[in-house]
Amino acid sequence: MTGTEIARDRKAAVSARALSKTFGQGDYAVTALDSVELDILENEFFTLLGPSGCGKTTLLRLIAGFELPTQGSISLQGQDITDKPPHRRPINTVFQNYALFPHMTVAENIGFGLRMLGKPAAEIKQTTERMLALVQLEAMAGRRTDQLSGGQQQRVALARALAPAPKVLLLDEPLAALDLKLRKNMQLELKSLQAETGITFVFVTHDQEEALTMSDRIAVMKSGKILQIGTPRDIYDRPTHRFVADFIGDINILEGTVEHTDGDLATVRLKDGTRVSAHLGTTAARSGEVSVAIRPENVRLAGAGETPTLTGILENIVYFGAATNLHLRLGTGEEIVIRNPGAVDEGRYQPGATIGAVLQPELIRVLE
Amino acid sequence: MSGREPQTALAAAIEQNRRNERVTRAWLLAPALTIILAISILPLGITVVYSFLTPGTYGGVTWEFSTDSYVQFLFQRDIFDDSLVFNSAYVSIFLRSIGLALGATLGALILGFPTAYFIATKPREQRNIWLFLITLPFWTNLLIRTYAMLLIIRDEGIINIMLMKAGIISSPLTILYTDTAVFIGLIYSFLPFMVLPIYASLEKLDFSLVEAGYDLYANRLKVLFHVIVPLAKPGIVAGCILVFIPGLGAYITPELLGGGKKLMIGNMIAMQFGASRNWPFGSAAALILMALVILVLLANALAARRGASNNG
Repeated sequence: MTGTEIARDRKAAVSARALSKTFGQGDYAVTALDSVELDILENEFFTLLGPSGCGKTTLLRLIAGFELPTQGSISLQGQDITDKPPHRRPINTVFQNYALFPHMTVAENIGFGLRMLGKPAAEIKQTTERMLALVQLEAMAGRRTDQLSGGQQQRVALARALAPAPKVLLLDEPLAALDLKLRKNMQLELKSLQAETGITFVFVTHDQEEALTMSDRIAVMKSGKILQIGTPRDIYDRPTHRFVADFIGDINILEGTVEHTDGDLATVRLKDGTRVSAHLGTTAARSGEVSVAIRPENVRLAGAGETPTLTGILENIVYFGAATNLHLRLGTGEEIVIRNPGAVDEGRYQPGATIGAVLQPELIRVLE
Repeated sequence: MSGREPQTALAAAIEQNRRNERVTRAWLLAPALTIILAISILPLGITVVYSFLTPGTYGGVTWEFSTDSYVQFLFQRDIFDDSLVFNSAYVSIFLRSIGLALGATLGALILGFPTAYFIATKPREQRNIWLFLITLPFWTNLLIRTYAMLLIIRDEGIINIMLMKAGIISSPLTILYTDTAVFIGLIYSFLPFMVLPIYASLEKLDFSLVEAGYDLYANRLKVLFHVIVPLAKPGIVAGCILVFIPGLGAYITPELLGGGKKLMIGNMIAMQFGASRNWPFGSAAALILMALVILVLLANALAARRGASNNG
């Protein structure tokens, strides 16, 4: 896996080995996490991405210590912390609903962790002030938390979790409750905060765009398993699973059969008989029936005199400013979308017309 | 003119409507007001009036104004020269009662808080069963429950038999007719009043706050005292008031379990209307008790307001 390969030359902050979590027993048992292997590196902005119920929050809660794993182990900077209670782990959490203490002021909330650690009052005061400045809430120190806006509460939660200088900061969909504009701002703020503090961030989200913009690396999860770990570009350009490709951005997926492979390249015969060569990457699908995928922006309209890779009937034209999507129905019944930068000649491209599409061969992927 | 008329007609109709509404409202309120008047204000008024009268020889009152009842609470009139000597007998009964009620409140809190926490952390569908079990004793009359308690703690009761059979003690512990018995009885009688309000505030508690506490390096004890207790405070205060006030005026429990030897306020007041045949003094004592209770409630209200303004 890409994750473990990278982990060799940088130190791991959090490692999970064969980590499983099952809720309930017998017939009602639900496997939330299924033998997960994971290395989150030092100073990394790491995102757990997946739809709800994929186990990302469970994984986060296991790292925090709120849940104990059914099997496997977790270590922090090489030390086993599997059985340590949350208050003995130098890991802090920013909760989805912020979980600010309503009976304390903003400053008291931020100082809580240090107070529980028994730090001297002067240090608590100093750190609290530094944290208030970091999240630009100096004026709010004496306020009660219910007098703050959503974005301000979010910042208090962040400052409270950062104040004890944890080794790892866990963020459980912290931006989910904010409106779009504020969310965009907070994304950038979080990213720069991470760079500034040098703390390892583990961020949970179901928003693929958020994951792509903020993360150093992303783990895409589904049904308790990690499907792929990689940089945003790995995940977007070189997906290994059909699910990953589908979950992040738009993608064209065609069914086919592997005829032969040569190193990284596989020759795949599509259902209509067309042969394309596609990259295998790290995917496990190397023979038999596979899916091949290509992003709409990597498919273009065939020019005059050019041999198209595929031809189909134009069904739909969707113009959205920066680009136009052309939906082609192939002879096999499959659909393919061409994303053409800018507008297209409406006289020439009309629904019902037969259109040729060229697939950029170097950007076709074979998927599991 | 023709434009005006409908307007005045409309105004009249609205006025009529409003008047009807007022009449309806008065009629709807009447039963409640009657009941409040009949069972609360009127008896209280009678008590106030009686406390300023002179006791009749065979009970009842004679209509002669006197403040003796209040004087008698603190002083004793010397039989020879009518001078007033301080008498601590009644004050000490009050103090004993306050002490016992406070002790019972504390005991109920220590038992009730974990119970409420236990119920509040159960899965939602199980909580009602536990709450039902908590309220189950209310299905039986307090008098009967207290008799049952008497059977349990007496010298030949279950507790002593079990302890003796187990060889822990050789002779029975004397619990019945002591302050301990009253104390146990009060806790037993009023425990649900402690559990229910605390449960109500714990049930609303967002348990992610508890997790946040653990996450921020607080161990169980620190989470309890820094997060859970402050957030459950309204319930704790309500529970304490609900146990302390009826505990202070308890009658049946000290009468049966205390053997009537050691008086609490309730028994003392009852005695004035019975054997002592001093209705005015009984009334006065009842009013003093009420004043005490009002003081406690006022103090609590003040503290609550100060707390609110501090936070605000």
